[in-house]
Amino acid sequence: MRLLAAFFVGLLSYAPALAVDGNAERGEEIYTRCMACHTLAQNRVGPRHCGLFGRKAGSAAGYQYSSAMKKYGVIWNEETLDRFIENPLKTVPGTKMGYAGVKDPQERADLIAYLKKATSDPKVCD
Amino acid sequence: MTIVKLEPLPVQGKRRTFLSGFTLSATAIALLAGKEQLGLIGTASAQTTNNDVTILNSALGAEQQAIAAYQLGADSGLLQKPVKDLAVQFQGHHKAHADALAKAVAKLGGKPVAAMKDYNFPKDKLKSQNDVLAFAASLEKGAVSAYLGAVPILTDKDLAKAAASILGDEAMHWAVLRNALGQNPVPDAFVS
Repeated sequence: MRLLAAFFVGLLSYAPALAVDGNAERGEEIYTRCMACHTLAQNRVGPRHCGLFGRKAGSAAGYQYSSAMKKYGVIWNEETLDRFIENPLKTVPGTKMGYAGVKDPQERADLIAYLKKATSDPKVCD
Repeated sequence: MTIVKLEPLPVQGKRRTFLSGFTLSATAIALLAGKEQLGLIGTASAQTTNNDVTILNSALGAEQQAIAAYQLGADSGLLQKPVKDLAVQFQGHHKAHADALAKAVAKLGGKPVAAMKDYNFPKDKLKSQNDVLAFAASLEKGAVSAYLGAVPILTDKDLAKAAASILGDEAMHWAVLRNALGQNPVPDAFVS
């Protein structure tokens, strides 16, 4: 019984983590690749990134998403972002994000580390 | 503030050469001719054709944004004459890209995305010529990366070639803008 309880406690405390540690400084440089379409604070060609973590896919206010993204249903976190950024068109067929993806796991981790830091910065995302 | 010294460029001649080169090389956009479109659709699955449309529409959206950004710069009153001329020239390139992309999307059976009414550009942060140039450079760098992310996944090789042609143009814009900002115009051997 104690073993079972320990199992459930372990299960509840499980937080999906990336296989590699990200570096936000390197991620900031990688983010410049996204800037033809994205900004942190404003919707432009792509949706704003402020408030990204914990947000349901396809739900940034004021942005016109594809129906595929609206139906995707995931909550953005490190794991779901990692999967999407690696290959957007394969992960969400029908997404408007026509981009091959960031194939290097370290670069994805860096980018996600930067996004996590920047999108919670009240000076940027008030 | 850094004073930007730019020699006026022989705009018309160079631009015509570029555009005619683009039109000829972008058989892609040979989709425009009709037969090739049938061939493409005949050999590609609906999903891959849809992906090509998605990729081209992403690029089109970025081009429309660049057109609006250069208009903002040109109208800002912050640009010296030769810099403003250059901005208008670059804007003309983006208009040519957007036109070609929109036609290609339509020929593939897709609906070209419309330009946004408002891009929410950071107007309050653009207070000098260098601010405008840095803003334009950030968009051009992003465009280079966007095309780099498009070329390998376009199903049609002619479309990929056309996208690579545009990538080269965006990279030149980025280099010129970096140079004008006093930065190393070509900081790396590879773009990313």
